[in-house]
Amino acid sequence: MMRVAACALMAAMGVPVAPISAQAAPPPRSGYTDASPATRAMQDDDSVNPAFLWVQQGETLWSTARDGGTSCAGCHGAPASMQGVAARYPAFDAARGRPVTLAQRIELCRTEHQGEERLDQDSETLLSLTALLGLQSRGMPVSVQQDGPMQPFHDEGARLYATQFGQLNLSCHQCHDELAGQTLAGSLIPQGHANGYPLYRLEWQSLGSLYRRIRNCLTGVRATPFAPDAPELIAIEIYLAGRGRGLVVETPAVRP
Amino acid sequence: MVRVLINVPKKAHRGEVIEIKVLISHPMESGQRRNEMGQPIPRDIIHSFRCTYNNQVVLEAELFPAVAANPFLSFFAVAEDTGTIVFAFTDDHGTEQVERAAIVIE
Repeated sequence: MMRVAACALMAAMGVPVAPISAQAAPPPRSGYTDASPATRAMQDDDSVNPAFLWVQQGETLWSTARDGGTSCAGCHGAPASMQGVAARYPAFDAARGRPVTLAQRIELCRTEHQGEERLDQDSETLLSLTALLGLQSRGMPVSVQQDGPMQPFHDEGARLYATQFGQLNLSCHQCHDELAGQTLAGSLIPQGHANGYPLYRLEWQSLGSLYRRIRNCLTGVRATPFAPDAPELIAIEIYLAGRGRGLVVETPAVRP
Repeated sequence: MVRVLINVPKKAHRGEVIEIKVLISHPMESGQRRNEMGQPIPRDIIHSFRCTYNNQVVLEAELFPAVAANPFLSFFAVAEDTGTIVFAFTDDHGTEQVERAAIVIE
């Protein structure tokens, strides 16, 4: 009741009551659209895209079993059977009561069903397998659930997206919505969509995860980055997927 | 052994100009950088590359530290006979790696 009254009051005062996410009026614009023709050409041709070195590695890992164990292919069959999976991750895991990212799902499969050792999120193995699975959903619309059990995590992501961080006191929203399309030290500020991860970044000269990118951003505003497996990062990933509604999966993309 | 992606048409007509694309997974460490402790990171690059088509040299290249990581080489050859295209490259550790691709002339 109080909230309704407050909204009515703000509307009467001419203050927009919509949350930040709803204010971002322009349609989502993939970083691909703003990349240079040379970078786009790299992404367009699979034989030129360096990310396919990781995809190739992922294919090997997919079909390799550890002594006496079962390979990924042993249960799931060909990688093509995973079509559409990456497009809906992070997904809610009812047993754990929290969302799980694609990399975490692979990791759970590896540790629980294959008896493998835990790996770092940004390890070559997880990057390779995530790239391989992401590729199976390439061209499909990003369809991460935002409502139901995912709602609180989406809302937390939206809150973090609007939170100002670091000594520079900047939020994601301030750069990637308000200033998107302008330049920062000569580089274009993209809208910051997450539809191409893991992607090959020319600056990194390597394949990298969305979380590596977010940690880079946080270091850039002189904030302490979140830990590699922090729930905050998952919340931001969920929110970004909803924010980029209408974009298709580009994994593995190439960015400057 | 590093990962290599080779793109050669499986079939071609005699006399056809074919494009050969090679992507090699390699850090191409220039030797100019220093680590967190200020120590120079030793140079580690692929310094020579050689492509032969049925034992005939198609391309021989020297690579230098300014080449980015994961070097990509693209060049053309005339398809003559069914056979093997061999790619050989050597890095600063002195290890030579050899990759092969088959081509069939119709």
